[in-house]
Amino acid sequence: MEKIRVLIAKLGLDGHDRGAKIIARFLRDAGFEVIYTGLHRTPQEVARAVIDEDVDVLGISILSGAHIPLVPRVLDFTTQYGGDPNEIVVVVGGTIPTEDIPKLKACGVDAVFIPGTPISEIIKFIKQKVAEKRRDNL
Amino acid sequence: MSELLERIRERKKEWEEECLEPWISKNERKLRKFETLSGIEIKDIYDPSDIAHIDFLKDIGYPGEFPFTRGIYPDMFRGKIWTMRLFSGFGTAEDTNRRWKMLLEEGETGLSTAFDFPTLMGLDSDDPLADGEVGKCGVAVDTLKDFEILFNGIPLDKVSTSFTINPPAGMILAMYTAIGDMQKVPREKIRGTIQNDMLKEFHAQNTIVLPPEPSLKLIVDIFEWGIENVPKFNLISISGYHIREAGSNAVQELAFTIADGMAYVEAAIERGIDIDRLAPQLSFFFNCHNDFFEEIAKFRAARRMWAKIMKDYGAKNPRSWWMKFHVQTAGCTLTAQQPLNNIVRVALQALAAVLGGCQSLHTNSFDEAWALPSDEAVRVALRTQQIIAYESGVANVVDPLGGSYYVEWLTDKIERLAWDYIEKIKEMGKGSVLRGVLKGIENGFFVREISDTSAKYQKEYEEGNRVVVGVNRFRIEEQLRIPLLRIDPEIQKRQIERLRKVKSERDSLAVMENLKWIKNCAESGENLMPAIFEAVKSYATIGEIMGVLKQVYGTYRKPIII
Amino acid sequence: MNVQDFVEGIKRGDRRILAKAISFAENGHPIAKEILRQIYDKTGKAQVVGITGFPGTGKSTLVSKLVEEFRKRGKSVGVVAVDPSSPFTGGALLGDRLRLNGADVDKNLWTDERVFFRSMGSRGRLGGIAKKTGDVVKLLDAAGYDMILVETVGAGQGEIGILEVADTAIVVLMPEMGDDIQVNKAGILEIGDIFVINKSDLEGAENLERWLSFTLSLDSSDSAEKGSANAERWRKRVIKTVATRGEGIKELADAITEHFEFLKRSGTLEIKRAERTKMMALEIAMEEIRAEITKRCSNLLLDSKDPYTIAERILKDIIKI
Repeated sequence: MEKIRVLIAKLGLDGHDRGAKIIARFLRDAGFEVIYTGLHRTPQEVARAVIDEDVDVLGISILSGAHIPLVPRVLDFTTQYGGDPNEIVVVVGGTIPTEDIPKLKACGVDAVFIPGTPISEIIKFIKQKVAEKRRDNL
Repeated sequence: MSELLERIRERKKEWEEECLEPWISKNERKLRKFETLSGIEIKDIYDPSDIAHIDFLKDIGYPGEFPFTRGIYPDMFRGKIWTMRLFSGFGTAEDTNRRWKMLLEEGETGLSTAFDFPTLMGLDSDDPLADGEVGKCGVAVDTLKDFEILFNGIPLDKVSTSFTINPPAGMILAMYTAIGDMQKVPREKIRGTIQNDMLKEFHAQNTIVLPPEPSLKLIVDIFEWGIENVPKFNLISISGYHIREAGSNAVQELAFTIADGMAYVEAAIERGIDIDRLAPQLSFFFNCHNDFFEEIAKFRAARRMWAKIMKDYGAKNPRSWWMKFHVQTAGCTLTAQQPLNNIVRVALQALAAVLGGCQSLHTNSFDEAWALPSDEAVRVALRTQQIIAYESGVANVVDPLGGSYYVEWLTDKIERLAWDYIEKIKEMGKGSVLRGVLKGIENGFFVREISDTSAKYQKEYEEGNRVVVGVNRFRIEEQLRIPLLRIDPEIQKRQIERLRKVKSERDSLAVMENLKWIKNCAESGENLMPAIFEAVKSYATIGEIMGVLKQVYGTYRKPIII
Repeated sequence: MNVQDFVEGIKRGDRRILAKAISFAENGHPIAKEILRQIYDKTGKAQVVGITGFPGTGKSTLVSKLVEEFRKRGKSVGVVAVDPSSPFTGGALLGDRLRLNGADVDKNLWTDERVFFRSMGSRGRLGGIAKKTGDVVKLLDAAGYDMILVETVGAGQGEIGILEVADTAIVVLMPEMGDDIQVNKAGILEIGDIFVINKSDLEGAENLERWLSFTLSLDSSDSAEKGSANAERWRKRVIKTVATRGEGIKELADAITEHFEFLKRSGTLEIKRAERTKMMALEIAMEEIRAEITKRCSNLLLDSKDPYTIAERILKDIIKI
């Protein structure tokens, strides 16, 4: 399978980067190409990176409670900039209450990973989903 | 004494050969290495021979006396129970004021303020970067007006307030002082803490606006102003909590916090501040994690180390050698799965903090892996402390674990490991801990250390060698059934409207002049606090004041080290 | 979407199409060859600047500052950042994407319409990475970017190969690296056109500058470009910068522009690029041949045991073709 490119993004003012950095490291060790945006990225900046880097996966880490409206905004801007969010696998991790998960999924998020999810599970999901999307996009 | 030790050593050997080893082989127990959470190897059992190198009179002693291993006050909780101070805040000032009044009624004995991200980052609620974030993880504060509402009905001479705020700490201190003045409270009665610890932001917490040097300058300005204007207020809370949350172990938490403390003291001395005047207004803030005895040992080692350090820096007043600290139970240990388990985790962590001799304590709520605490959850968190204080009896004796062979050995061990780090940092700074810490920030030393430990922990977790109950063992299929706190999306609108109103009603000319004054002080290197105080009183916004500072000092983006 | 769509999209400046074309080139997708063949005549306008240096020298900040400076001068900029992939897992932590320290964070390069940043992993092909990078550069060139910066790490064989795709090669050093010997060994001194001493506020900057200037002056072969009728030489520059403070950036940008002027004026540019085209053609051909040979090798292993005989038989086969 072709290299899987992942963008790990920290959205908004949230400064907690322990999870994002761990995910980046472990994904790299699992053979992925990982681009970590660093902190304090706006939805526009993330959308721009998603398109220019032509990533297969967008992973957003957010623990500030601001996932709504920020996550949907990233996907909106991605569309605005000419991209198609359906082509990529979008996953979100952080402090996300269960009741917000359907809302996020409705905007195009493929999965929400709560704290404690083993990374091996996340990797498995990503590989599966990327293979699916690549088949669909052909 | 040494004859007794010899006999003990012999006995121990005999016990190992005749009792322990046969037992292990008969019961087919797999031999494995036992370690504390921080990787310190530990034996089956400890006895007097393990602490023979520790001098009771010199190293342990009595509470209230150097080196304060057993506590900073002679009678600790027999005199006064630790302050039960729950970190709280969300939405607008009214929402937080309401939660505070409820907590005070329920028996909390000190206030602690959580600010929202825009406020933490020195942005106003109407800033484009604040969109979606206003009031979400703390209270939104833009101007003094918000403080007036926040402290409505709360007398500053009766309660002390802690503020978790870093880049805008000076502005918040100014606001609190202004409220005290408005309430006609004498300045020396204004009590509380501003976190004001930028070094740990660069290591771990990341609420960064200005680069390291100007950030440090502002902190020392606050020291200078604070010792004159609010002599009973803690001007800094030198923190290890966040370093631990970012993934460090207990030794790193202890070492880096103490190194930061040393850096601040050196910076103050460089400015010409009398160390004995400043020391009583310094405080610390630690994490309390899962390894029960390791955390207790950490607290005891911390007190002992700081006492020696302050003496070495030339502090003459014994009060200057005290390490006062607040503790928060470890947020990173809370699980989203089976949230009620968190009540137990927090209880054990809180117990360790008490046995470790903390001055004030925050206990997390069981639902915080999902959202900010609900009323019910925060009540349980408070009750946890009250049950420990009033039902368990542990507060009735000072340092009850003192003398435990294991705890004394571990205290000594952690202290030695922490000194190793501090020596390294000192070397990086060619003899100055301040320069060493700044160097470490520049070259990513702290970030890398924390990141590597964090990755190690994760690996252990993934491989099943680190158990998290309910998450990688003892799991159930569950539907989350606890009520969660929701932040009303209208809050952002309301706050922005209030801000607009304040801006339209204030004396714009005065604000402009005060901002100009701040700019001049920043450019000339003078103390910024007098100007900040005036600006705050004229209802300048946090964003406006920070904006001026950014103009002069520039901003900072952390290098990425994974 | 077919080849035409891609070609048109790239020429039009469609970022998404450009990004996808870059991925095709990276993955060695057959459509990439066709796209490249068709856009080739649109390339050649951009100045390609290669930037290399050991880790820790502050290259990323330097690159970001250069992008900012060239934007100020009205140029559009494409950046390709190549990072090493793990030889064991194949994974990589890519590109410290554009990051500005200091004041001026209002100028956000991430959302600047005329800046394109792409991170690439070496994917363990130290040899082939030069070609892939070259393809990506061509695509950015065709898309109309005035400057294309190629950033790589280290100074080993692979990285030097990457510099071959550049018109201007910049080597970034820093004081107290203790690596004078390493620098010498790597052949970096020959290949560099401009040398940057970053973090020049550190102790040892003066010494490094002196050593470098001296060593460069000894190297007489520096820019007597092969076959250049014009005897004009490029005097290799040593520029001191403190990228985090923006110091020395203007001088560096000036030197880069000057170098391009020199290349054009002296006819060296044409020669260099022809050289490069030849090299790329050779590499492309070699890659195909290598693939063929590898295929045949496995078959032939069944017959003969010794490598000399096998090789002989393969060559006979190929020459037959």
